[in-house]
Formats: sequence, structure tokens, C-alpha cells
Amino acid sequence: MIEVICLTKQFGPKTAVDNISFSVARGEVLGFLGPNGAGKSTTMRMITGFIPPTRGTVTVGGDDIQTAPLRAKARIGYLPENAPLYSDMTVASFLRFAAELRGITGAAQKAAVDKAIETCFLEKVATQSLDTLSKGFRHRTCLAQSIVHDPEVLILDEPTDGLDPNQKQEVRNLIRRLGATKTVIFSTHILEEVEAVCSRAIIIDQGKVVADGSPDQLKRRASRAGAVKVRLRGLAGSGVLAELEKLPHVQRVESLESGISHFVGRVFPTKMAGDGTLAGEIYQFAVGRQLQLQELTVDEGRLDEMFREITAQVRS
Amino acid sequence: MKNIWVVFKREVQAYFLTPLAYVFIFIFLILAMSLCFVFGRFLEGEDASLDYAFFQFHPWLFMVLGPAIGMRLWSEENREGTIELLLTMPISTWQAIIGKFLAACVVLVAALAMTFPVVLTVNYLGDPDAGKIFSGYLGSFLVGCATIALTCLVSAFTRSQVICLIVSVVACFFLVLIGSPQLLEFLRNIPAAGLLETVRLAALEIADGFSLMSHGGRLFGGVLRLDTAVFFAAFITFCLYATSAVIRSKRA
Repeated sequence: MIEVICLTKQFGPKTAVDNISFSVARGEVLGFLGPNGAGKSTTMRMITGFIPPTRGTVTVGGDDIQTAPLRAKARIGYLPENAPLYSDMTVASFLRFAAELRGITGAAQKAAVDKAIETCFLEKVATQSLDTLSKGFRHRTCLAQSIVHDPEVLILDEPTDGLDPNQKQEVRNLIRRLGATKTVIFSTHILEEVEAVCSRAIIIDQGKVVADGSPDQLKRRASRAGAVKVRLRGLAGSGVLAELEKLPHVQRVESLESGISHFVGRVFPTKMAGDGTLAGEIYQFAVGRQLQLQELTVDEGRLDEMFREITAQVRS
Repeated sequence: MKNIWVVFKREVQAYFLTPLAYVFIFIFLILAMSLCFVFGRFLEGEDASLDYAFFQFHPWLFMVLGPAIGMRLWSEENREGTIELLLTMPISTWQAIIGKFLAACVVLVAALAMTFPVVLTVNYLGDPDAGKIFSGYLGSFLVGCATIALTCLVSAFTRSQVICLIVSVVACFFLVLIGSPQLLEFLRNIPAAGLLETVRLAALEIADGFSLMSHGGRLFGGVLRLDTAVFFAAFITFCLYATSAVIRSKRA
């Protein structure tokens, strides 16, 4: 549905987005991650046609945003960063304005606006002026604007920014629901959000795509992913560590805690080790040595860890 | 066309659902009327026309009031970030520009329409030339539109309405001043010969040709000329076109 090919944006001498390519299919919810200033917003602004790219192309549903902007833009619903609004309007009149610009008029307009108001929980404030509303309501009004024409593509720049935890949850549920039938790209700083909502995530740093995959795949790229945490009792200290390191699929062992009769450590697998191989080996080892195996956990890897490692790599 | 209408409607609402348009109309009426009766000596003049006493002051008023209506057009979009919403809608930039410009012109029309008592008065007191009054209103309207178009261009550059107001007022002041009778008179009376004479004549032509005052003044006096129509059309078109160029280049 969205094809981004070799997209580059330079602001003067500074390259904000550097040769990014990816595509997003219908039914995919793509999370955009990256440190501040990584180029997330710039990329989204180019996809929505707000700023022209220096190089590269974006097509939305087959229409190039540069050469057929009106057709491409008609497919997109966009929530800009900071959710800008015309403060002199009421929630309902603003949504009617958005719907009318999208070519929805008459009875269809009323239905579309009512539905957007209901979807974003704005019933209570529908007739209020926008400049009297709290940030959460303003944000949701702007979100309502982006879905009022039931678009095929949703581009949301930090949709949960400034919302309280309950509202965050509501918006996440909404994105997940919309994501089933639409193509969604959203950016966020909150990694748990990515796990909760996205079917795929892209990490951008310094204008480049540094990782692209499902949240599970990305988690596995964390250095600790696949490592096994083990707690053994019944035998004294240092010998165990050396013996564990001799196991065929062990790369190295990190001692976390060791005493006279117990050992807690993290065992990292070699690259050859398959899922569960290492845990099995450690179990066999414990049984063979008649040790009491008190804990054996395989680390799934964590997104924040992977995020830190990947973005730190780019910087160094 | 439909998109222009949608933008136009929203902008007109923004003017008339807030105090903006009413404050503007009120101030315009007070200034226009007091200038007319006090400085224009409308009653003492005993002349059944509106051009000297009434319309003659309008370029000086619009020089300040035109920027006052137009200053929010794009600077507010820039400041609030709503320009990002507007320009990612399936409409083109020029549709948004024209819709906004026309909405500001509606405020102008409303203000001019509210001066109708002065037309009734002059008809009651004497027997004025209706065609001349009409062309005076047309001239006043076009001068106002030109100041709004220029302000629209300036507002695209900045996110600050204050900066937009100051810059636009100075620019409009210049455009009104260069055609003021005093300045033209001064240029006409400089003694010069040879090359200097050519420069003097060129300056006179430019001052006369680019001034809102001289083109407006012709219409106030009831003179409808093709070059006046071309001037206003070209001036407004240029300003609006330049606005779209500025908006585009600011995003690149």
C-alpha cells in the first residue's frame, strides 16, 4: 500500500533522512522508532506530501505523492506531531470542515463526523470550542480528523503523546482495531507500545533504517536474547563456571552471584545453538553432576535493550 | 472550486465568529467617517460627491487596516502548525490561498457596505453622480484587496502576526506614498535636463504606475481605465502567486 523508495531529505547541509526504503502492506501496523531527531517526523511528512523529498519517491496505493498528490492524499489520514487544530472552531465544526475537505457532504458527512466523534470518545465535548479543551481531548480531536473519511492509510505521528495512561490504552486499542483493515504507520518513543500494537517495527537513527522486523524478531537481536539464566545449588563456586563453559553450545558464562554452595549465572549460547538447545544441555549437566537446578530461564530479549544497543552502535 | 469554497467558508467563519471582523469594521467606520467629516470637510465643501471627502482617505486607512485583516492568513497557520493539516488534505496550495484571500476580502466588502449612510447623506443633500460613487467604491475595494494580497504574501514568510503586520504596513505605506499628489508634484517640479531629466521622468512613471494611490485615485474620480484594471489584477495575482512560491519553498 505504501512504497518508500530511496527517500532522502536534506535541510541545507544536514541530511535528516538518508536513503530510506521500505514498504507497508494492507493490514500491517508499522511502528516507527528512533531517538529524538532521528528523522521519523520528516519521513512521515514526506509520506503525507507535506514536504517534498530531496531524492526518492513515495507511492500510496499506487499513486506517487509528488506527481499525483491529490489522489494519494485522499487515501491518507494524517495526525501531525503535536496535533495542530484551528482553535477558533468547535470539535464538531472542525470535523465537519475536515470531512468537507475530503469531499464528504450532506448526510454522509453527518454520519462520518458522528462516527469519528464516537470512535475517539469526544461526545462530551463535541460542541465545545477547541481552545477550551485539555490536551488529551485536543489530541483525540486531531486523531478523529484523521479517520473521519475512513482512509486506507493512517499516518500517526506520536498518537499517544500527552495522553494519560487510560487514554493511551484507548488509542492503542483503536490503532490495533483500525490496523486490521488499514495500513497504519505510527511513531512513538514508548517501546511497550510497539510490542502491544505493532505487527512490525522499523528503527530509524540518524536518518537511516537500522532495524526492520516484527517486535519478536527485533527482541531477539538484543545481546541477551537467548541467554539462559541459571541458578544451581549443591556445589561450590568457581568450578561450575568453568564446567559450564565447556558445554558444546556455550559461548561464555557470566557470573551474577556465587557462594560456597550456590551459583547464579547467565549463560550465552553460541550462534549454532537452536531454540532450547542450551537449556537442555544445562539441564543434562545439572542432572549429571547431581546439582539442584533452581532456576532455568531463557531470556526473550527486550526491545529497550535492543534499541539502546542498536542506536548506540550507530553513534560510535 | 469546491475546495476553494470549503476553505473560504472556514476562513469567513474564523473572521465573523470571533471579534476580529467586527473590530475591524468598527474601527474602519469610525476612522472613515471622522476623516470624511473632519479632514475631508464633507459638509463645508458643499460638493455632492464622495471622491475628495471620502474615498481619498481610504488608501491611507487600508495601508494599516488591510494588513490588520490579512496578517493572520498564513502566519497563524505557520504558528499553530495547522498548515501541516491543511496542506496534507487533498487540496492544492493555490486553492487554499485563494479561499483565504477571498475570505479576507469579504470582511473588506462588509466594512465598505456599512458605509452606506454616507451615500444616503450625499444623495439627500445633493445630486451626486451615481456612477462615480460606484467607481469610487470599486477603487476603494481594489486598493483594499491589493493591501490584503500583499499582506497574504508577507504572512507566508513568518509565524509572527506582529512581524507580518509591521512589514506589511511599511510596504503598503510605501506603495500608497509614492503615488501621493505631494510626492508626484515634487517629482514633476524638479528642474532637470539631459540624463537627469530621463531619470526624473522614469521615477515619475514608476511612482505613478506602482502606486495604489494613483490607480485608486483614478477610480475615485470616476475614471475607469484599462491600465488600472490590469494593474490591480496583476498586482493581486503576483502577490498570491508569490505566496504559493513562498509556502512551497519554506517546506523544501
